[in-house]
Amino acid sequence: MSEAAAATPARADRGGALKDAGITALIALGLFLPLIGLRTVQNIRNELVLETRWPLLAACVGAVVAVRLLGTLVVAPMLARRPAATLAARAAKSARRARLPRVLGPLAIGFAMTYPLLVIWLVGATGANKWIDNFGIQILIYVMLGLGLNIVVGLAGLLDLGYVAFYAVGAYSYALLAKTFGLSFWMLLPLAGILAAFWGILLGFPVLRLRGDYLAIVTLAFGEMIRLVLINWVPVTNGYAGVSGVPRPTFFGIAFNASDQGFAAIFGLAFSPTHRAFFLYYVILGIGRAWEALREDEIACRSLGINTTVTKLTAFAIGAMFGGIAGAFFAARQGFISPESFTFMESAVILSIVVLGGMGSQIGVAIAAIVMIGGTEILRELDLLRAVFGAAFDPTQYRMLIFGFGMVLIMVWRPRGLIASRQPSVSLHNGVPPAGDLVKEGRG
Amino acid sequence: MEVFVQQLINGITLGSIYGLIAIGYTMVFGIIGMVNFAHGDVFMVSAFIALIAYLVLTTWLGVSSVVLALFVVLIVAMLLTSLVSWAIERLAYRPLRGSFRLAPLISAIGMSIFLMNFVQVAQGPRNKSIPPLIRGEFLLIDSATYKVSLSHKQLIIWAVTALLLAAFWYVVSRTSLGRAQRACEQDRKMAALLGVNVDRTISATFVIGAALAAVAGTMYLTHYGVVSFADGFVPGVKAFTAAVLGGIGSLPGAVLGGLLIGLIETFWSAYFSTDYKDVAAFSILAITLIFLPQGILGRPDVEKV
Repeated sequence: MSEAAAATPARADRGGALKDAGITALIALGLFLPLIGLRTVQNIRNELVLETRWPLLAACVGAVVAVRLLGTLVVAPMLARRPAATLAARAAKSARRARLPRVLGPLAIGFAMTYPLLVIWLVGATGANKWIDNFGIQILIYVMLGLGLNIVVGLAGLLDLGYVAFYAVGAYSYALLAKTFGLSFWMLLPLAGILAAFWGILLGFPVLRLRGDYLAIVTLAFGEMIRLVLINWVPVTNGYAGVSGVPRPTFFGIAFNASDQGFAAIFGLAFSPTHRAFFLYYVILGIGRAWEALREDEIACRSLGINTTVTKLTAFAIGAMFGGIAGAFFAARQGFISPESFTFMESAVILSIVVLGGMGSQIGVAIAAIVMIGGTEILRELDLLRAVFGAAFDPTQYRMLIFGFGMVLIMVWRPRGLIASRQPSVSLHNGVPPAGDLVKEGRG
Repeated sequence: MEVFVQQLINGITLGSIYGLIAIGYTMVFGIIGMVNFAHGDVFMVSAFIALIAYLVLTTWLGVSSVVLALFVVLIVAMLLTSLVSWAIERLAYRPLRGSFRLAPLISAIGMSIFLMNFVQVAQGPRNKSIPPLIRGEFLLIDSATYKVSLSHKQLIIWAVTALLLAAFWYVVSRTSLGRAQRACEQDRKMAALLGVNVDRTISATFVIGAALAAVAGTMYLTHYGVVSFADGFVPGVKAFTAAVLGGIGSLPGAVLGGLLIGLIETFWSAYFSTDYKDVAAFSILAITLIFLPQGILGRPDVEKV
């Protein structure tokens, strides 16, 4: 509809746009009438009754119509006036974009290195904990998960919808082994990774001969199965109640607590929970970088061979290992884990980070993690919204709503992700890689 | 024996709900090769629409006849859910047509998250329950130890499901819309060259799938009398399992798969443990895909190069 409207002259356009807006209003009314206009509430006798919210309904329909009118009257003519890009221009633009990661990469790593210091400098040591722990560490865990899944989805082309299974295996391995056997953080970190990789191979072996979508569904089923086992295997996992009191990481045996043997006392510092956050942040950053280097070699070596099953299995296992290690970090950071943390939603969030980042692009994954996780975390903080919509407005309620809508919008806007490039790590004659939007996607 | 018959009745009831949802998955997959992840949530939305329509009828308009109320609720839920699904297709999937394979899937996952949270915010996070609409049952076997009964609502669910499946079958196999759908399924480009309006056909597919999901949603509400915003995911995944089990792309397969999954789930719960009933359903999915990727009634899939 909007394409046709844009092609006709502006004068005739106006009436068409109004008619179009009228239709939009009717559709929006039909969509919103039952779910927004009416609300089911329980009365004193515990019966469901209906409440009406006509002003809210009117506001929602009005907003939709306004967006539609803006689209047909302002945006569409603007797009129509813009000359169509030639193939060469598109290729050049794409090539420019492909160079972006090379510049952005070192910058991003530099920023990640200095981020905690920057936070302390900006908000002071007391307020910094929230920003390093909630923000920095959480984003890094998601970057790590994203990088792991990126190997499976982005590089090996295997769509895995149950990635959260390996995250859960890592987290539970760390929590249970640390709690029951008192093993140290440093020993369990690789162990969690190895166990997750083992599961990756175990699950990967039967499913790897399936193609695309079927593989996706089987992995989804495996992810759900592991979660259901965690819920129902009460003697080991404690079911829904989860595992609490997971030992925290130590600085080579020195605990981050307020005791005499604690980190703060030994190094002559005032005790602050920030130290642990600080430490954990840099460990994740360091290990993430190390893994990344290993991954490059491993995949490159394997891809030159012929055995695709082994390659796929390796990708699956390495991806799972990342997930396991991220899980161990998660358990160490939270101190408490339960099956509720490993729902399908988590897999969907990680997959969306990989796809939104532009599959196969590492810097893209990092940016997408910051946008999606950081963005939704920031929604917790926005007192500004409360000032606009009144004191009863709770921005955290809308977090996932906006998250889901954001996923759709970004997909529609840039289906190939924020950084859409498939950069070969090795290329002949320093050639320019083909533009992301000019090549068709290959099947893995 | 008595237990077996009773579980058979319960399983068929549950299975017809799964089968109705499964058709939506299988049709969309057949025609555009996409797993419509938001379909389970469309089902949940339809149950909410049915709930609200029911409340409007009974508390505002004072309709006392249950049959009339149910009939009107069914029609309203089908219409409004179709509109919801049409809008979703238009906004979230159509712009991505012809884009790479994962894009619509991610968009659908986003839509699923959106719908779930939208209902949570708009209608509140609590379970919504209504008193049972239809009471009464037929006693089939009345032995000393166990009573086998077929409740009226189960009978209504069977009847409505059978009736709508028949109507749906007629649309797909006898009308020009159905012919256009099958043409698009085989070769979209060729169908467009021969004058089939592909976009409209795909929209119609989403609308029909949503209407059947709305039937399932209404039946779900009638059967359980309770619905919450999170009720879309698990039935959705199971219905998808049913579609895969029956052979994705095959319509009778979806119904057959739905019935099988419903039966397996109820028998597993009755004879083994309720804790692992979902594990059983998912294991069957995995085993089917590994050993019988084309499903029970599906065509073996030839990969085009």
